[in-house]
Amino acid sequence: MTLTCPECEGPVELAEPVRLSEIAQCADCSSELEVVGLDPVALALAPEIEEDWGE
Amino acid sequence: MRPVAVLASRVRYEEKRLFAALERRGVPYAHVDTRRFSAELGGGARDGGRPRYAAALNREISHNRGLYASLLLEARGVPTVNRAEVVAVCGDKLRTSLELERAGVPVPRTAVALTPEEGADAAERLGFPVVVKPLTGSWGRLVAAVHDRAGAETVLEHRAALPSPQQHIVYLQELVDKPGRDVRVIVAGDEVLGATYRYGDGWRTNAALGGRSERCPLTPELTGPALAAARAVGGGVLGVDLVEGPDGPLVLEVNHTVEFRGFQDAHGDAVDVADAIVSHVLDAAGSGEAG
Repeated sequence: MTLTCPECEGPVELAEPVRLSEIAQCADCSSELEVVGLDPVALALAPEIEEDWGE
Repeated sequence: MRPVAVLASRVRYEEKRLFAALERRGVPYAHVDTRRFSAELGGGARDGGRPRYAAALNREISHNRGLYASLLLEARGVPTVNRAEVVAVCGDKLRTSLELERAGVPVPRTAVALTPEEGADAAERLGFPVVVKPLTGSWGRLVAAVHDRAGAETVLEHRAALPSPQQHIVYLQELVDKPGRDVRVIVAGDEVLGATYRYGDGWRTNAALGGRSERCPLTPELTGPALAAARAVGGGVLGVDLVEGPDGPLVLEVNHTVEFRGFQDAHGDAVDVADAIVSHVLDAAGSGEAG
C-alpha cells in the first residue's frame, strides 16, 4: 500500500496488514511516521522520543 | 478464551511479529494503545467479576506508562508479562544493580552518587575510565564514557542542568575493556532462547545506534549469569545484556521490553522469538483460563 508523507508528500510504502500505531519512515525526507487511522489508512508525524522510552 | 491485551503505543517490527504469532495460533487479542488507556479504580474495569483480559503482554515503550498500566491490570487480576515489579526493577538501573548484587550476579564495578556535585568524586574513587548512565532509558541515550576528572565534571554539569531530578542521580560503572561487542541473551521464563553478539562502530554497541547482530553460541559461561540475572529481577521475558570482561561475562542490564529484530535476523528460522513470547504469555494466562 502506498500513502503520502504528511511532511514532504513523498510516497510511503506500507506492508499489509497495516496496523494502528505502526511506525514507518519516509524514504524521501526520513520523517518518522505513525499510522493513526485504518479506515482509511492515515499517517501523521510520529511522536518525538521521550526521556523514559526504552526497552 | 478472553483476549490477551498487548500494550503498545508504537507498533514496530517486534509488535507486528507478536500480532502475527498470536494470529497464527488463533489467540484472541486486543491491541491496547497506552496513550488511550485509563482505568477506574474500585472495580470499574471488571467484566462480570472476571478480568477483561486473560493476560497482558506489556510492550509499552514508555517506562512510566508501561509500569502503571501493568500495576492497574494486575490490580484487576490480569497476569502481566512482564509483572509490574519486574518492570519497576528493570526500568531503573540502580534497582537492577541492587537485585543483581543481592543474587551474586557478576556485574561491572558500580557506584551511585545522589548529586552531580558528588558524582565527580565518586567517579574518581571508582577509577577512570567510567561510564555515566541515566537511571532510566535505553539505546545508549545520554550515556557518556568519561576518561578523567575534567571530563566527569563537564558531563555532570550538563546532567545538573537537565530538568528531571532523576537525571541528577549519578550512576557510574567502570568502562569494561570489551572486545568491540557485547552479548544479548533473550530469556523467557527458565528458557534461554539464544544469544547474539552486538557489534558497534564506537564504544557503544546498542542495536538502536546501528550496531549489528550476529548469532552467538550459547555456553554455560553466558547462560549461567543470564539466567541468574533474569531470576534476580523477578523473571519473565527479558533481554540480558552482558559484556565479556577479562575475567568472564558481566551483566550490564536487563531489559523488560526486549527488542529482538537484530536477534531474530541473526537467528533466522532457528528461533521464533515472538512465538516463544506468546507461549510464555499463554502459560501466564493458563491458570486463570482453567478457572
